[in-house]
Amino acid sequence: MKKAKIFAAIGGVGLAVLSIFLIAADHIDAPAVQGTKSDITDFYAFQGENSNNLVFVTNVQGLLTPGNTDEAEFDENVLLEINIDRDNDLVEDLVIQAIKRNDSMYFFGPVNPALTGLNSEIDTTAQMGSVKISTTDESAETSEQNGMKFFAGPREDPFFFDFDQYNAVLAGDASDGFMDPGTDTFAGTNVLSVVVEVPKSILGNGSTGVNPFAPDTPIYNVWVESKRKQQ
Amino acid sequence: MKTYKYITILLAICTSMVFVQCSDDDDNIIDVATCDDGIMNGEEEGVDCGGPDCDPCTEALDFSGTYSQEDQMGRPGINTVFGSDGMKDAFNTTIPSEMGAQFQADFEAKLLALNPNYTTNALGLDATTFTTVLANDVLWVAQTGPTAYGSLTGRTLSDDVIDTSLTLIFGGPDGTDNNNDPEDEPLLTSDGVPANDANFSSSFPYVTSPF
Repeated sequence: MKKAKIFAAIGGVGLAVLSIFLIAADHIDAPAVQGTKSDITDFYAFQGENSNNLVFVTNVQGLLTPGNTDEAEFDENVLLEINIDRDNDLVEDLVIQAIKRNDSMYFFGPVNPALTGLNSEIDTTAQMGSVKISTTDESAETSEQNGMKFFAGPREDPFFFDFDQYNAVLAGDASDGFMDPGTDTFAGTNVLSVVVEVPKSILGNGSTGVNPFAPDTPIYNVWVESKRKQQ
Repeated sequence: MKTYKYITILLAICTSMVFVQCSDDDDNIIDVATCDDGIMNGEEEGVDCGGPDCDPCTEALDFSGTYSQEDQMGRPGINTVFGSDGMKDAFNTTIPSEMGAQFQADFEAKLLALNPNYTTNALGLDATTFTTVLANDVLWVAQTGPTAYGSLTGRTLSDDVIDTSLTLIFGGPDGTDNNNDPEDEPLLTSDGVPANDANFSSSFPYVTSPF
């Protein structure tokens, strides 16, 4: 009786953990950042419409309803930092930094950072552009400077997941597992989004042999961090 | 006579100064300060920047200070799925090069707790190898060619990362272990939500307008 075994196993993990199991891609993933302006909800990296470019999408402050999206704003004390590791040592070789000042988002890099790791300083010598932060009642404000494209502002949350049914599965209330079709718990919600498009030529070369399923394809290791200004 | 002569010279100098002054002003009359007139005027805080009407002055902005890490994300759902109470905040403030050593064993235990029948997954990875890849929470993105989460070459907006994750955790070696016989097994390899509730743009900024 496989089913019983699976649910016994799932039940054994413990309700406290299960209640936040897979809440979302990274939405409200940990106590210290949950509900704060530094809470990263999602990170995407993909080839752009122009295949010579890579696009990085960082979303923060998830689960905004249409009614409270207007009030959401980026925090001037929170730096969003995209990290790019080219040589597969899991240490960033380049960073792209984004931070709000007044009504605009300012972008620095890709640049080799003076500091790697948990603490960062903004490299003002590498400012590449800025863009006025879009609002809910106008079309997207974008800018293109130094070969890069920039956007910042509220967007529809691109994440989709039947979170409610997942909770039911974990609670043992859904013996058939997920529904087909399921219901997107994140339908109708918004996030604050920062989008950067950068020519691959600026990033240099990744490493081959990283991805066992595409060993000849050069790969970048990428991740995003939110960092708060120390007073 | 001498005095009169000096006065005349003085007058001449003064007149010429006034004339020069007037000429200068005539060439540069600014009735209305604008953000592209090349001088700092009106309520601007610098040349053509700052104040209520112009773009902010970059030079005047303060970007100083040290910024310290609060949250981190590479692949979707890693901390939420494999993190445990008391370790999630630590995971978010650990650098990727140290994540494997600190968290791989916990991740493997969590994987086997979720699916005690786990042997390998559709990628052919055993529990140790799979959780070693995941514990280093970075997203692989291809420098060349198309990008997709299922092929471990990136993550696009439309990728069904939940189904990919569920399949790799619960789907067994062929990826179908838990859902090819709904009579006997719960559907655990797909949440039944294959797409977002809004369409994405094929052009920058790709993400769509808020509700």
